Amino acid sequence: MQPLLVSQFSIVSSIGAGQAATLASLRAGTSGLRPGALETVSLPTYTGAVEGLADFRLPDAFAAFDCRNNRLAEMALRQDGFADAVATAVARYGARRIGLFLGTSTSGSLHAELAYQARDPVTGALPETFDYERTHNIASLMRYLSERLGITGPSFVVSCACASTAKTFGSAARMIEAGLCDAAIVGGADSLCLTTLYGFHSLSLNAPGPCRPFDAARDGISIGEAAGFALLEKPPAHADSEAVMLLGVGESNDAYHMSSPHPEGIGARLAMERALAAAGLAPRDIDYINLHGTATLVGDAAEDIAVSTVFGGDTPCSSTKGQTGHTLGAAGIVEAIVSALAIRHGLLPGSPNTETVDPSFHSRYQIASEPARVDSVLSNSFGFGGSNCSLIFGKQR
Amino acid sequence: MRVFIEGIGLVGPGLENWPAARAVLAGAAAYEPAPVRLQPVTLLPPAERRRSGMTVKLAIATGVEALAQAGRDAIDMPMVFAASGGDGDTLHETLATLATEQREVSPTKFHNSVHNAPSGYWAVATGSRVPSVSLSAFDASFSAGLLEAAVQATVHDHPVTLIAYDVPYPEPLQAIRPMAAMVGVALVLTPHRTDRAFAALAIAMADATSDATQMADAELERLRLGNPAARALPLLAAIARADSAIIHLDGIVLAVSPV
Repeated sequence: MQPLLVSQFSIVSSIGAGQAATLASLRAGTSGLRPGALETVSLPTYTGAVEGLADFRLPDAFAAFDCRNNRLAEMALRQDGFADAVATAVARYGARRIGLFLGTSTSGSLHAELAYQARDPVTGALPETFDYERTHNIASLMRYLSERLGITGPSFVVSCACASTAKTFGSAARMIEAGLCDAAIVGGADSLCLTTLYGFHSLSLNAPGPCRPFDAARDGISIGEAAGFALLEKPPAHADSEAVMLLGVGESNDAYHMSSPHPEGIGARLAMERALAAAGLAPRDIDYINLHGTATLVGDAAEDIAVSTVFGGDTPCSSTKGQTGHTLGAAGIVEAIVSALAIRHGLLPGSPNTETVDPSFHSRYQIASEPARVDSVLSNSFGFGGSNCSLIFGKQR
Repeated sequence: MRVFIEGIGLVGPGLENWPAARAVLAGAAAYEPAPVRLQPVTLLPPAERRRSGMTVKLAIATGVEALAQAGRDAIDMPMVFAASGGDGDTLHETLATLATEQREVSPTKFHNSVHNAPSGYWAVATGSRVPSVSLSAFDASFSAGLLEAAVQATVHDHPVTLIAYDVPYPEPLQAIRPMAAMVGVALVLTPHRTDRAFAALAIAMADATSDATQMADAELERLRLGNPAARALPLLAAIARADSAIIHLDGIVLAVSPV
């Protein structure tokens, strides 16, 4: 595929707001996971919650969009000059020539859960203040950003569970290649809600402590929340040699089960191979792999098989979910930004809660973060429904 | 951007399948709304059929019809799934359960609650590992899905199948998101003209001000406005008439012609 310039990106997660705070946490190996979850939740689990959401307010003109997910999105728009970079792009290309391809898995689910708790005890009707289209519907994030940023190009929300925001890069790359837009905003948001907390609990997948990806004693996920955005553009003729580019996207389906990964990681392997093929790179060209690595027993084992089959056992890899938690639909953009930071600042991110890597694994797992030259990164995101997506970022070649 | 249509699947009230609905959409027969009769989804193994919600069954039934007409195998067919929202019954039951003290969500309901559930069941049923994407653009979901599918077909130079579907919600969700009836529309698109192609579509972004093309029949127009997947009806009507037409959908404009 035609490489695209990642001209700006912004992030908010439990390890910090903005690139600088995120980079500092990645270097230091600090974790945003804390015991507990939303106020009314008594599950024995850790979550990666973003501080300050309860008191956060959307701009007055957009109050109808108010819900935890859009607050998180607004927080990310304000980091790292992202909204300003979009305004510059609008001035340069025109609002109709910028695409908006966002991802979420649960959108404003918490808002709907609260509305259901506040149903009329007699009629069962939802509160009149509940604005389904602007808060709960999957596309609410698209409408919010479209109105907030004044973008009128091709727009939709990808919702493929935990592969959602990774897959937005694929849609954007195709739309730009087809000539339907000159630039695109990708990424999205996923926020804590009862559906995922109790849903993963029903599957016995919530770890009682902070999650430990790839550890021999791993015992499940820690749910997190995050928002992040990236602005993609066609590369200029003379790109800065330090600029980070999107080099490849690979997508696949497991065709195996709705909520369990293929045990041999066939779908994961196909996604990585397709991303390498799209980038025109060989496995040895990849300096670091940011794993999906949610710390479930079967998920990590399947990914280890897939990674070691494609890359052998020499490429450093780690999951950063021990730091951010599993941010579900936002995991793709969070880890795309981790990948971009690793390239730009020369860093192999580690995995702070992991102590002993599963001895049956074959991939080269990076427990402690360390400085290193990183020219290219592959990032994996896999989701329910067997949806897989691998992204490759790197410096201009 | 130009693509060709090799197959259509259609399920809606009084629109049992594409061959049966053609005369109605072409204006040659009267439209008679009737409850939707969904054919048994034999593609799904019995266990999956029991576990899956109505959106899964509708999407799969619609997609199967389109692929059969095109004579294409699902195994190497990239898929685009477009729906305004998820499965209404699953959503309502999950939200109602979470409003109780116990909050005991069923694991099956949980995995059925993801927007890409039809895509996941489709892949399990067909064994296909080629990429698929599931998206929403609220009422503009059909247009967004058509754009994504046509772009994929063009950029990857490979056929792509779009399935757009939406199913009405139970109360109290229906009151805040009214939907007329379930509707599924599937299109098999190819980047080149083939022996099986029967219509060509030239797709462009529309001016912000252009109004969507309406259905001449008042009941069909009500249906078009009553379900996001039914926003495809003016396109299907033009194909049914087998004449050349300019069709405006949400945000896009289509030049439709028979081939």
